[in-house]
Amino acid sequence: MSSETLAPPLCLPPRTVSSLQRSRQRMAWLLVAPSLLVLLAIAGLPLLRTFWMSLSDAQLADLSSRQFVGLANYIGDSGVLNDPEWWGAVRNTLWFALMSVGMETVLGLGIALMLNHPSRLKTLLRAAVLVPWAIPTVVSAKMWSWMLHDQFGVINAMLLALGLIGEPLAWTADPDLAFVTIVLVDVWKTTPFMALLILAALQMVPSDCYEAARVDGVPTWSVFLNLTLPLITPAVLVAMIFRTLDALRVFDLIYVMTSNSRTTKSMSVYVREQMIDFQLVGYGSAAATLLFLLIALITLCYMALARRRMEGH
Amino acid sequence: MKRLTWTDALYWLALPLVLLFALFPFVYAIASSFKRGNALFSSDFWPQAWSAANYVAVFAEQPFGQNLLNSVLVAGGVVALSLTVSLLAAYALGRVTFRGRGLLMMTILGVSMFPQVAILSGLFELITWLGLYDSLWALVLSDLIFTLPFTVWVLVTFMRELPKELEEAALMDGAGVLTVIFRIFLPLLWPAVAATSLLAFIAAWNEFLFALTFTLSGEQRTVPVAIALISGASSYELPWGNIMAASVIVTVPLIVLVLIFQRHIVSGLTAGAVKG
Repeated sequence: MSSETLAPPLCLPPRTVSSLQRSRQRMAWLLVAPSLLVLLAIAGLPLLRTFWMSLSDAQLADLSSRQFVGLANYIGDSGVLNDPEWWGAVRNTLWFALMSVGMETVLGLGIALMLNHPSRLKTLLRAAVLVPWAIPTVVSAKMWSWMLHDQFGVINAMLLALGLIGEPLAWTADPDLAFVTIVLVDVWKTTPFMALLILAALQMVPSDCYEAARVDGVPTWSVFLNLTLPLITPAVLVAMIFRTLDALRVFDLIYVMTSNSRTTKSMSVYVREQMIDFQLVGYGSAAATLLFLLIALITLCYMALARRRMEGH
Repeated sequence: MKRLTWTDALYWLALPLVLLFALFPFVYAIASSFKRGNALFSSDFWPQAWSAANYVAVFAEQPFGQNLLNSVLVAGGVVALSLTVSLLAAYALGRVTFRGRGLLMMTILGVSMFPQVAILSGLFELITWLGLYDSLWALVLSDLIFTLPFTVWVLVTFMRELPKELEEAALMDGAGVLTVIFRIFLPLLWPAVAATSLLAFIAAWNEFLFALTFTLSGEQRTVPVAIALISGASSYELPWGNIMAASVIVTVPLIVLVLIFQRHIVSGLTAGAVKG
């Protein structure tokens, strides 16, 4: 890790070397300073202010006239932790993350294996797979809303024509269907990312491993289960953590496709609704803080894992 | 000689399905965007009479041209700012060993995993305090939260791989650090910088939560918000033709750019995620 340091020129006496290095380190801090200051100003400070506001009864119309209310927004009788709708949002978000990341991983692995398969259509396939990824989430939400329209949607028309359903389904309005619909649209949009990350891992498996297995006549499925899978698992896990963190803050898709439906509301949608629509900035900040703590916990676990991996190298 | 194995069979079976799954929604959106009036509700896949009426209507019925310009300005500004700042940081973090470097990298990574909604109220306060509410600057500022950590991380990965002889020779000749970064490394890093910029541009172009919360007037909206808020007389009468036309306008440039840079994008994405 330290090998990329500039080696000091050999002809200089040792004292000059160390002062040269010291000035280089000082310069490094100067170079990092602008990025750090920007991040402190737009992320660190607002985060602290959000914590602070979560202890007050701030309203959106006038943020300055607020009173300290302690933990009332959290544990008070009408606090977040006593709001069944909050717990509904927590449940929705966790289910959403679990289902969508799970499906993406399986599909992504399949598509990655296809992208890794020698074929003349490889470039076409990669290009096609990148299309859903390049489409803005809001656009993808609108496109699917149109395709899944209960009266004029092409999906209902196709399923009816195939005889798979007897009558048109209200994909986004029916409480039983809306959640699954949201998950499927998310899977469509984010599987490419997963596939590309897994593909990168697949390409790092040394080819002589496959060569040896082939010479020994090991069947393909056994090579995959016993050689490929163990070798790519760490990278797949990292990709899953990235996607899980992403899925836990889901907002755009749900806001656009089912806006205020209680059955699909995620934690982010809940927070914004409290803060902006109901103007309850203090209360909303308390919910935001809880969401932050959940994600911070997962991030810390990931970092511990990453550090162990880095030290293992 | 080569016989068809079952993996090949599986491949050729899955290929058309994957292509259909990936491409059908957007192709259908294009087809819908050219259908006029009641043709939109017919069951034909392609329009019987191609019409650009929806495209005209999008620009006539709301300030969509202005919205497009806003998105270009915001995303362009975000990319310019985060690249300049992060090239400096990436040089220091990638090529100088100093105490606290690991912690800094982890902190920056932590910020990129931040739920945006967690800082919404604090950021709202900051933006009103700066007098930037309902202005594009509010969006440029807030989008840096997710683009900056990303560009720093990716550029650090690429900076590390450059040969140190180049840098040593330049420093010996008395070149300053800024010369090394912008005159010597930047041209070498050009493919990586292009891919990183494109990814940051796409992220800012697509950003929705901040744009929805920090702008109020139709003239200040970026395209995702404009598309999300296109509405008809009632929620059952959404002008789907207009929405599809707007979606196609917003997406086609992205898809073209992504396809041009696809090789670099894949390496940029994986550098940011896997190697970390």
